[in-house]
This record gives sequence, structure tokens and C-alpha cells, in this order.
Amino acid sequence: MSNSDLEAFRAETRAWLEANCPPEMRQPVRDEEDVYWGGRNATFKSEAQKAWFEAARDKGYTVPAWPKEYGGAGLSPAQAKVLREEMAAIGARPPLSSFGIWMLGPALLHFGTEGQKQRFLNEIARGEIRWCQGYSEPGSGSDLVSLQTFGEDKGDHWVVNGQKIWTSYADKADWIFCLVRTDKEDKYRGITFMLYDMASEGVSTKPILLISGNSPFCETFFDDVSVPKSYGEDVPAYVGEINRGWDVAKYLLGHEREMISGADGGNTGTIGAALTRANGEVDPVLRAELAQFDVDALAYGAMGEKFLDEIKVGKAHPAQPNMMKYAGTELNKRRHELMMAAGGSHALEWESEETSGGKPSRNWLRTKANSIEGGTSEVMLNVISKRILDLPGA
Amino acid sequence: MPLYYDDDQTMLADTAGQFMAEEGSIKNQLRHWRDRQCKDGFGHALWQQFAEMGFTGMLVDEDDGGLGMGQVEANIVLEEIGRNLTPSPFLSSSVLAATALKHGSNDVKGRWLPDLISGEKVYGVAIDEGRKHRPETIACKAQKSGNGFKLSGKKDFVVYGASAEMIVVAARTSGSDSDVDGVTLFAVPQDAAGMSHDSVRLVDSSMASHVTFDGVELDGDAVIGEVDGGREVLDAMLVAGRVGAASEGVGVARGAMDMTVDYLKQRKQFGRVIGEFQALQHRAAHLYSEVEIARAVTIKAAQLLDGGSEKADLMASVAKAKVAKVAGLAVREGVQMHGGIGMTDEYDIGLYMKRDRALQEFLGDQYYHAGRVAEMSGY
Repeated sequence: MSNSDLEAFRAETRAWLEANCPPEMRQPVRDEEDVYWGGRNATFKSEAQKAWFEAARDKGYTVPAWPKEYGGAGLSPAQAKVLREEMAAIGARPPLSSFGIWMLGPALLHFGTEGQKQRFLNEIARGEIRWCQGYSEPGSGSDLVSLQTFGEDKGDHWVVNGQKIWTSYADKADWIFCLVRTDKEDKYRGITFMLYDMASEGVSTKPILLISGNSPFCETFFDDVSVPKSYGEDVPAYVGEINRGWDVAKYLLGHEREMISGADGGNTGTIGAALTRANGEVDPVLRAELAQFDVDALAYGAMGEKFLDEIKVGKAHPAQPNMMKYAGTELNKRRHELMMAAGGSHALEWESEETSGGKPSRNWLRTKANSIEGGTSEVMLNVISKRILDLPGA
Repeated sequence: MPLYYDDDQTMLADTAGQFMAEEGSIKNQLRHWRDRQCKDGFGHALWQQFAEMGFTGMLVDEDDGGLGMGQVEANIVLEEIGRNLTPSPFLSSSVLAATALKHGSNDVKGRWLPDLISGEKVYGVAIDEGRKHRPETIACKAQKSGNGFKLSGKKDFVVYGASAEMIVVAARTSGSDSDVDGVTLFAVPQDAAGMSHDSVRLVDSSMASHVTFDGVELDGDAVIGEVDGGREVLDAMLVAGRVGAASEGVGVARGAMDMTVDYLKQRKQFGRVIGEFQALQHRAAHLYSEVEIARAVTIKAAQLLDGGSEKADLMASVAKAKVAKVAGLAVREGVQMHGGIGMTDEYDIGLYMKRDRALQEFLGDQYYHAGRVAEMSGY
């Protein structure tokens, strides 16, 4: 695509956003209610949220880079970048947030059958089904491959028993993409990547209250859950091959780590100017720390840009998402430590209108999970050591 | 522009990498000249080879006989210089002085650029007037005298100053020491009467001068750019130099890191190679992450500079600050992980530590540049 075509697309996009993104949807996301997750039981917080979601859905802009036949807009990487830039320029909220978009979608695009793509990708793009991810288990956190949830083969279906943990929003999800052991003999090759309805008999969830006082995570239990092997012609209930789910899981973990790292912009903002303005006289030593942080944040921003550019052309090392995840999450934790320090006693308020119900301290506490979820920092460092630096295994 | 090298730049990186690893290696250059107590601190024969490779005039416009390349290309050469600790006046002559001369009149260019491009002569730059880089304050004075100027004052940390056949000097022609305006840049030839060098060997075995100007008489055509309007040229020169120094620092960090990771795979203790120990693996992996980030922001800064972006100044300081921090980490971890052998002169890792220290001070350390980032961000 030529530069002039791209500029024409930019002008078109700007006009479309102007016409379709309501002013209320150009405000920063303040709390969970501002995020629209879709799903069977979804409700909109406001007319503006509904209008923005529906306009984006009809345009294919909930998943702009997916092919049109799967509910996307079929944008090229360059066009998708333009859309991101134009949305960022007006501070537009994402019209739809979803683990289907971030995680399952990329896995289906890569490994799915045509039937699976037709059905599931369209459902995701239209925000009809809300997905959750069943990976971790009480005994299998960073050592994910040791998972025990077992699916017994009954011919045309499996009977699944076991427990998952840290299942984000499992209590609000419609379907789960779930790692299930289907062969106890082979550690890596005995795992199947299954898709099933959370309304199935035998599935139950229990929220886990976190130190932030919130509860996005759940424990999820499977008691004799019957999972069919197929949902119709060319729509198997598993992604990839039976017993080869680990390949899908690894592929998807790369996407997840990329997302948590904030490489696409979440971690690049500077904080020094805003914090010193808001807090008047800032201690000179704190000011110096803020300056050093801003240096690191801006540098990480450049790394994020380089990483995404390299991914597009296949130049990035396959283990590079681990490095982005490690550096990005450590940076985010530091960001919130500094925000707490600059905020002083005000930032300690757990329940007050002025802090929107303790946002600073709850966010600060939430970031502590960044370097744990999706593989701990220590696991990331192990992967970098072995796969990039080629250091020998212990 | 995507944040990686295009095909031409990749080819340049290969060529420069091979050249520096062979001709510019630590054994052939840094140790060779250091062990002979060379008064220049670098080899002229190698500098001639730089010219033959087309490096010396790469930043000079094609109309002026150069290659008309950009900062990204100069940085590619500098990263390889850093990796091999190759002593050369490339940064001061081909980046800083060349950038200043770009702003000169045709007469100034005609007088100085051909010898810079051919490698016949090397040039230096005189900016600092104390122990720390503070170009906001310039006390060195050039008073009007007849058709020219009379230059008086002192400059410090003039890298390879005594070997330079011309030094670009930032001096005050009006106003008070900390004024933005009233600065003028001069091309001062080596044989100017009244200029003296007190040349000193530094910790990295490079040479730098304390320069004294005692009523040095200069013609009007020694002026580079506008009289009293030199700040703009000075700033252009500084930003190019800072981005360049950041890139050399990335090279130093990578060189030290590669050497250390190799060592972790060789050295045996307690019956195993020490690279098997997780305590060391994690530190090496952390270092790798930081070096990648430092490299990314340095390429970003160079691209912004080449694109004429107004963000280039900010990103140059981000790059310089980040690289200083990261290269410092790389050399400290390098020496520590090498253990006792890392403290010996015979082994190269300590040379990286010395070069890093000198490079950090050159054109502003991490504290100075983090401070600039804060100021430019409005706090």
C-alpha cells in the first residue's frame, strides 16, 4: 500500500471515529465498569458504551486485523497501526475487551479448522461469547506442564475432572479454553486444548479475593464434566490435535506475555511531570527517581516499538516475548511504587470518592501480580538464559 | 520507519563489524598502542583504513564530497567501535566536528572538509570547561579584534585534542556565561599562536587535553555559522554526539556481555560450568534484557534525528542516560562474573570497564541526562 493510500485511509479513519466514537468513550478507563467484555449476560453501562461497541462491531473494528469472513475488518498491519494511532490520538477506549480477542483468537487463526474459525472467531468478534482461560492449577503454576486435570476418553466424548486456579473472570465467562491431560504417560504430548461451555453440568467457580480487595480470579472445578469431541462438521471441540495441545498453549502464552508486558503502549508513559505537578513540592531525591524512571519508561517504549516491528517481519527471536514480559512487568511495578510514594497519605485511602474507591492503592497492589501471572519473572529469566543466551541447563 | 536495519544498513553493520573485529581488534589496536605509550592513543594507519572504508566522511553531504549518510549509519559504525574498543577519533572528528562543519559557510567547508573526508586530518571539539559536562555555561571568551577575534580561556576533556589539526571551540562573543545567546563556534587550527595543550592519558588509555587559549588571534573566517548565534550549531553537534556516544556505549555493553556469557559457558567450578548456576543465569538474562532496551532506544533516537523530529533531543538524552546505566551494569557484572581473572590486566573484560567510564563522562553522564529528561518533560 502506498503512502498516499495510507494517508487516505487515515483521513477516512479519523472521520469515521469522529462520527462514531462518542465523547464519553474518549475518557480514560477508570474502573471495571468502564470496560465492555461482551458475552451472553453482558450489560452496557451507558448508551454511549453500547453505541460505540455496536459501531465498532459492524465495522469489524473489534478485531481490525482479522479477515472479514471472521468478523474483522481485514486491515493490513500498516492500516491497523494507523487505526491504533488514530484511536490513541483521541483517547478512544477499546470497544470490546476479551480473552477471545487477545488469546484464543490468535490460536484459532493459527491452529483452528475452517469450521472453528467460522463459528468461534465470528462469535468473539461480535462479542457474543465471553471466554476464560483454564491453564493454571493449584499444583501447576509456573510449572504449567505438570497439570493434572484429566479428561477420560469415552469414545465420542471426554469426562473431565480436576481443578483450575487463577481463572480470570471464570464466574462471568460463557466458555473456557482449557488445558486437559488426556494421556498420563507423556508429560508434554499428553495435553489437549479443549473448548467447552461453562454452563456444562459439573462446572463450578469460586472467586478468590486478592490483596487489592478485588476478585478478578476464580477457582474453577470440574466434576465429571462431559465434553463432546465435536460440535458439528469441521468443528472439533479441541484446537490442534488431541494430545498436542502443548504446542497451542505455548503459542498462546507468547501472546499472553506480550499483552501483560504492555509492549503495545501500556508501559511507555512517563509519570514525573504529572506526579510533580499534582503533588507540588516533591522531594528532590524522589524527583531524581522519577526522572530515572521516565528514562526507563521511554526506553522501554522504544523497545516495544522495535519488538512489534520485528514481529511483523519475523525478525524477533521466538523467546523475545519472555524478555518483554519480564522487563515490562518489573517496570510497571516500579511505576506504581513511585506513584504511591508521590501520592503520599492520599494514595493510602482505600475507600474515598476522591480516589475513586482507592484506585491508587488497589492498582499498586494489583501490579504485584504482573510478575507472577503468565509465568513469573524468574521463569522468564530461565527462558531467556536457556533459549536466547544458550546457557546450559542445571 | 520500522525500528530495525534495512538491507543496506544490515550490510553496513556486517562490513563494519568484520572490519572492526579484524583490523580494529583490542589486540591490534587498543593494547598495541597502549603498550607502546603512543602519544596519540590511536593508530593513523587504521584511521586511513577508516577513510578507505568510507567511514570518515559518511555524515558529510554528498555535495561536499561526503557520503551523505545519516546518524543511523554513523551509529552502526560506532556500535562496532564500542564492541571492539577500537581507539579512533571517529566520534569527535567524523560525528561532532563534521556536524558542526555542516553549518559552516562554503569557505569553511572547503577549507576543512576534504581533509576530514580523506582521513588526512582529524579534528576535535572543545566544549567542557570543568569536570562535568555543562554546555549551558560557556565562559571561554572571544573578543572582537580588528577583522577577527581574540580567544581567551580554558577547555577541558578535549578528546584526542593534541592530535587534532583543528578544534571546534565554543566561545562567548557576547552576554554572560549562562546566556543561551552570544555563543559562537570557531575552527581553531592546531598551529594557532597562543593555544597550548596539556595532554593527559585517561583511564581507558585514550588521550585528552586541557587546552589553554591565551589571546589566540583568529580571522573572521574561523567562525562556523553565525556570530553570537552558535548555540544552535552547538546543540546540533551535541545531539549527534550524544546519540553517537550512546551507540558506542551499546557496543561496549554488548562486547562486555558477550564476553561474559561466553565465559559462563567455559569456566568450571564445583565440577560444573558456572553458567549452570541459576544465580548467574538470572543476572545474565536481566543484563541481556537491559542491553536490548538500551539498543532499541538508541536506534530510535538516531532515527528521530535523521527524520528531523523535534523529539530527537529528548530521545537523545533518554538514550544517553539509559545506555550509561546499562553499560555500567554490563561492565560491572562482567568483571564480577569473571572472578579473579577479571581483575587482571591480561584479560580484556577490565578494558571494557575503563572505556565505559570514560564514555559515560563524555557529553554528559546518566544523571545529567536524566535531569534533562525531567526538565524537558516540565518538572
